[in-house]
Amino acid sequence: MSTPAVNPVGTSMKILPTGHYGISGLLRSEWTKLRTVRSTMWTLGITVVIGIGISALATAETRSHWATMSPGDRLSFDPTSTSLTALLFCQLAIGVLGVLVMSAEYGTGTIRATFSAAPRRPLVLAAKGAVFGAVALVVSEVVAFVSFLVGQALLSAPAAHASLSTPGALRAVVGTGLYLAVIGLFALGLATVIRHTAGAISAFVGILLVVPIIVQALPNSIQEGIRRFLPLRIGVEMMSVNSGGGLHSFAPWTGLFVLCAYTAVLLAIGGVLLVSRDA
Amino acid sequence: MIEATSLTKRYGDKLAVDQLSFGVRAGVVTGFLGPNGAGKSTTMRMIMGLDAPSSGGVTVNGRHYHDLPWPLHEVGALLEAKAIHPGRSARAHLQMLAEVNQIGRARVDEVLEIVGLTSVAGQRAGKFSLGMGQRLGIAAALLGDPEVLLFDEPVNGLDPDGIRWVRNLLRGLASEGRTVFVSSHLMSEMALTADEVIIIGQGRLIAQLPTGELLAQSSQRFVRVRSPGLAVLQARLDHEGALTAVEEDGSLSVRGLDEVAIGELAATIPVVLHELAPQSASLEEAYMELTEDSVEFHGGETSMTMSTGERA
Repeated sequence: MSTPAVNPVGTSMKILPTGHYGISGLLRSEWTKLRTVRSTMWTLGITVVIGIGISALATAETRSHWATMSPGDRLSFDPTSTSLTALLFCQLAIGVLGVLVMSAEYGTGTIRATFSAAPRRPLVLAAKGAVFGAVALVVSEVVAFVSFLVGQALLSAPAAHASLSTPGALRAVVGTGLYLAVIGLFALGLATVIRHTAGAISAFVGILLVVPIIVQALPNSIQEGIRRFLPLRIGVEMMSVNSGGGLHSFAPWTGLFVLCAYTAVLLAIGGVLLVSRDA
Repeated sequence: MIEATSLTKRYGDKLAVDQLSFGVRAGVVTGFLGPNGAGKSTTMRMIMGLDAPSSGGVTVNGRHYHDLPWPLHEVGALLEAKAIHPGRSARAHLQMLAEVNQIGRARVDEVLEIVGLTSVAGQRAGKFSLGMGQRLGIAAALLGDPEVLLFDEPVNGLDPDGIRWVRNLLRGLASEGRTVFVSSHLMSEMALTADEVIIIGQGRLIAQLPTGELLAQSSQRFVRVRSPGLAVLQARLDHEGALTAVEEDGSLSVRGLDEVAIGELAATIPVVLHELAPQSASLEEAYMELTEDSVEFHGGETSMTMSTGERA
């Protein structure tokens, strides 16, 4: 290899762009990061396939048993939530991507390059949250709407089925997409605090799926007081048309607000830790 | 221009960098030397604003890294080999850094060309060898065409061709008036590349001096003597005030008298000499001597007192 051709530069002749680096460059950079690794396609692909696929299976199965269902079961049947339940699995995939968006930078060491290019770390976190959040929201809403529409199409008469004009249905579909996007940001917040992929995914799955099991083992009096605060509970309430903020649950939008509050607190703690800890 | 003032980094009760003050000027290659674990990488991370100093500080072009408006346009660094997402291509890796600092795509292609990775720019970096990873790291450092460049052990994992290439690159960058700061634990490498060296041991500054002076200042100048009458000669040399020590290979090393004086003295005894050879320490030895002292917390006379002790 020959002597490299480097642009000559006089010590004080270098002309810098005006202003300073900022959020727009960081947003573009985070978008590049997200679309140039395979894990994004895998996790989002799984979200789409599982969300729509399992919804279709669940509704088709209900349709085939409709004739043998008891009148009570038919009456309490919620076609909207049946077509959306599969999205509870999707939150695992979205959550893993949310974790990876941050933890992969620590795992591979690229975080040091990232912070060298943009030393204001909370700004980096904001850009990550915005780009990942937007992508997660678009994918989640698409999956929610397609799952609902496919599910309702499969639940043809005589089985009970819903349309977007059914009271509560549009709220459930839009809200479920929102819930998934927020749970993804929740995972991003966890990863910012924990920094390790395995640890952050364990914590995420633990909070989402293990804590409810522990709560269920508690005496009823205690259980009823805290169940409504569980993210999974909030998600289930959002998917259901019949939910009206029952005694032991938050109303759907209240629940989503609580989840947003968790996420905001986690991201804020993460932002503070990003600044105080060495990269 | 890099300036460190009483730079200190403490991990728990261990001092990784201890009251380090030094200046790195533009236009020359400055070597940053020290054994592994001496605090070189920690110091470099503090320059880059990645690790916060426990006390003291360091500036680049008169500013803290955190305050640079366009960091990559002013400072470029290769901090560790293969700090790349294995699933991302070399071009995407550079692209994502370029976008933060408004660096165009053309420059990404240019630095890929400079480091010779153009043909593999689209491949996943996970397949890269250590040497290719180093080249990509160097490309990232050059991305913003910065005046100040930091390289942490840049020749690690490179083949001889690559090592020569890095040497030329560093010297070329310095000759353009840039500040080039290169760490290494290999004295021999720095002897070939650096104009000036900053030597640290256990986080402390041992010396900052031109590479040439390091050799000249070394106290390791001695004369190797072989003789069948070594014991008689040694007694006589000691009497004359020289410091002598019998080496493992049976030769006698003499400090404090030059070869002319030793030869004349031998003739007066008389003793036959089989060898009378002035030795000047290699740069490597000079460096070993300096850092050993720092390890042992002893003064500069350590090796002398040990030699005289052996004789007694």
